[in-house]
Amino acid sequence: MTGGNRNLWIGAVLTAIFAGAAVISFLWVPYDVTALDIANKIKSPSLAHPLGTDHFGRDILSMIMVGARTSIAVALVAVGIGMGIGVPLGLAAAAKKGSLLDELIMRGNDLVFAFPSLLIAIMITAVFGASALNAIIAIGVFNIPVFARLTRSGALSLWTRDYVMAARVSGKGAARISMEHILPNVLNLLIVQGTIQFSLGILAEAGLSYVGLGAQPPIPSWGRMLADSQTMISFAPHMALFPGLAILLTVLGLNLMGDGLRDLLDPKLRRARA
Amino acid sequence: MLRYFLKRLLSLGLSLVVASVVIFLALEVVPGDPAAYMLGINAQPDTLAALRDELGLNGSVWARYLGWVGGMLTGDFGTSYTYRTPVAEMIGERLWISLPLALYALTLSTLIAFPAGIWAASKRGSVVDVAVMGVTQLGVAIPNFWFAMLMVLVFAINLRWFSAGGFVGWDAGFWLAMKSLTLPAVALALPQASILARVMRSSLLDTLSEDFIRTARAKGLTKRQALWRHALRNALIPVLTIIGLQFSFLLAGAIIIENVFFLPGLGRLVFQSISARDLIVVESVVMLLVLAVIVVNFAVDMAYAAVDPRLRGRR
Repeated sequence: MTGGNRNLWIGAVLTAIFAGAAVISFLWVPYDVTALDIANKIKSPSLAHPLGTDHFGRDILSMIMVGARTSIAVALVAVGIGMGIGVPLGLAAAAKKGSLLDELIMRGNDLVFAFPSLLIAIMITAVFGASALNAIIAIGVFNIPVFARLTRSGALSLWTRDYVMAARVSGKGAARISMEHILPNVLNLLIVQGTIQFSLGILAEAGLSYVGLGAQPPIPSWGRMLADSQTMISFAPHMALFPGLAILLTVLGLNLMGDGLRDLLDPKLRRARA
Repeated sequence: MLRYFLKRLLSLGLSLVVASVVIFLALEVVPGDPAAYMLGINAQPDTLAALRDELGLNGSVWARYLGWVGGMLTGDFGTSYTYRTPVAEMIGERLWISLPLALYALTLSTLIAFPAGIWAASKRGSVVDVAVMGVTQLGVAIPNFWFAMLMVLVFAINLRWFSAGGFVGWDAGFWLAMKSLTLPAVALALPQASILARVMRSSLLDTLSEDFIRTARAKGLTKRQALWRHALRNALIPVLTIIGLQFSFLLAGAIIIENVFFLPGLGRLVFQSISARDLIVVESVVMLLVLAVIVVNFAVDMAYAAVDPRLRGRR
């Protein structure tokens, strides 16, 4: 088994564990995450509570399972926004290379890039208040230029290919060529980048909810669990340990999967990810 | 070079103008009147009007935008709604924590990443390479605020080498102040160092497979000499770009890390201002950070256009 393949498998298994936990949490969780059980607060891991309980006596395993839902949903929708807007923009910019439209799209991208995603999130929260939805928008907006740039640069090299020329000669317009010939050929790039942005989205969501700008209680989220655990870290380290590990392993899994997918889909691109 | 410089300078100016409009308009649509917020629900209408006048809230949107931008250009950032002190003064104070923190983290990350990346690339496929790649894979995936919490647990609570948070102030002496910035700087530097080490490694590997390295080896240089004399300099261009980009992430990332360590920097200022609806402060800090990002990236672009003439034609 090659290195890339091994990465892909480890990554896919890790991702599947957390995605699976999120899905299962809709059907069943060990304990209700909204019920308080003060008699059992801040218990270390035991048979009844494999990962222990928090300061309200809630089961940490259950909270991590439900929290996976929040993380994955926020990151997934944010990537969807980035792709849904960024890819068409990139295709359009490449189709009309050098035009005013291209220039506008690319300069707009540069501008969004100049705002670190966290700043966008802060501004959005300052305006609309903190919520999971606003976290999605903040992370999603930042994803747009990533996909627009990638699509444009991938598409530009395709526009010089013979088969695109043939399609033009046969009378197809720029929009139709973009959809039928360009998009399918940049799809590999988009899938790999999508995995990476997904993992960055999970990290960003965790960071935002840690500082209170993401999902609001009572919706459990990994970042909030960490924020709650902070003042109790000296006597209840398990409260900080497990949510952090959940984030680490999910992001690690997605990154490994992205690396593996890149090796699988595009052997030419073996450069280490930046 | 001059033409390229002027062109980039123009686009820098445009970006700043657009960014300022976006920031201003975004916070302009915020519901709620800061003056009403400051005075509470029992405010008399005439006091309210007087305060609105004092804060400059009565002019048209256009006039207020120009006032804000014009003020910033002359170093007058307005007056904080809640503290009633000049915003420029507040930002200046906080900047003395956030800026050294970002620079400290940048230095650490470069000092870790360069040797690690070079070492891994020079011994490709060896145990060292595998170890560097493994550790950096973890470093990229770890949430840095969680890493910060774990460091507090180990180095502050258990070993008592550092304090768990707060800033002693520069008055306490340079070394003590740097000491209280150390854990936050390490937390900020870890993911950045991991990314940088990976970029350094892959860029160096790319360069090492170039023809001029083969030529250098053919004329009798050892592998080591070829790497240090020829490869490294050529491999630095992508590395410099990433360092430039990272500076912005460090400034923004500091917003979260400052919260872990209760450092009274720009990040905490922003959060306090948001909850107090002190929008003029939010506006100014966000603008300042965006300015820093745009200017740093401009400087990096210029630095390598000066080094590598091929890059001047691009974009």
